[in-house]
Amino acid sequence: MSEAPAPRRAGLWLWVPLAVFAGFFVLVMTGLLAPADREVASAMIGKPLPQFDLRPAVPGRPGVSTAQLADGKPRLLNVFASWCIPCIAEAPQLEALARQGVEIDGIAIRDRTQDVERFLDANGNPYQRIGADDLSQVQMSIGSSGVPETFVIDGKGIIRHQHIGDIRAEDVPKLIEKLREAGQ
Amino acid sequence: MTRLLLLLLALVMAAPLPAQDLLPPAPYAYKQLDDPAQEAKARALMETLRCLKCQSQAISDSDAPMAGDMRHQVRSRIAAGEEPEEIRQWLVERYGDYVSYTPQLRAMTWPLFAAPLVFLGVAALLLRRRFRKTRGAVK
Repeated sequence: MSEAPAPRRAGLWLWVPLAVFAGFFVLVMTGLLAPADREVASAMIGKPLPQFDLRPAVPGRPGVSTAQLADGKPRLLNVFASWCIPCIAEAPQLEALARQGVEIDGIAIRDRTQDVERFLDANGNPYQRIGADDLSQVQMSIGSSGVPETFVIDGKGIIRHQHIGDIRAEDVPKLIEKLREAGQ
Repeated sequence: MTRLLLLLLALVMAAPLPAQDLLPPAPYAYKQLDDPAQEAKARALMETLRCLKCQSQAISDSDAPMAGDMRHQVRSRIAAGEEPEEIRQWLVERYGDYVSYTPQLRAMTWPLFAAPLVFLGVAALLLRRRFRKTRGAVK
């Protein structure tokens, strides 16, 4: 052992692995302890609606197609299902929005006509049109990963905003604000 | 007593409200493609796509109706002649990188790909220095 390295420099380098470990530890612990965000936001915000044409889900209302959605007026596109429990919870808010003059179209995911009818009878029908998406194809094409979800569509058929989960009373002002922005 | 029994009976008889649809699964949710080569392609892709309902599973592992619909989407597109990577891109455009288990090269992810090269480079440097030293010592 003739040439020992300069002790001071080596002493400093010795701490590097510990510092790296501490960094990893903090990273892992913050990841573990932070409440996980399980929502998958659509990457389609700001993009035009894809082409689709859904058959009517119930006899009383027309189906939903891309062409009809781009008619110059902003509107809500609500992705729902009769088998979805939070959809019942958001029904009063949709009803209130419809009463304020907001146009709402619905897409019923994997639903039978009789089930949608029963759902609308029990919870009210705020929809002008309801399309049936039996293979979740339109749901996938707009980047929606569950029910209920609500999209703000502007008059040109461009997706402006996505609300994930049921609409609570406190979410209504934000949706109205987004609709107003989409109308400008 | 009878009331208690009735209550207990009601508890036993109570049917849970199913949060599941009543439609049959999509045609290609559980049915394989006829062409084994195409089915193998579809399967390989389905194993690397995240089920958005049950996020720690791939769509090939999940019985969620939406995963079934995603499998149908994958299989029918493969049958129509689309390439697996095109389908992956189609989904990534809609759901972001999160939907794919295969990491994509992005501004955020390039260190993931660069790190092994950096480590190899550092290792080579260290080894070179070490070998040089021993040669010097032998002289």
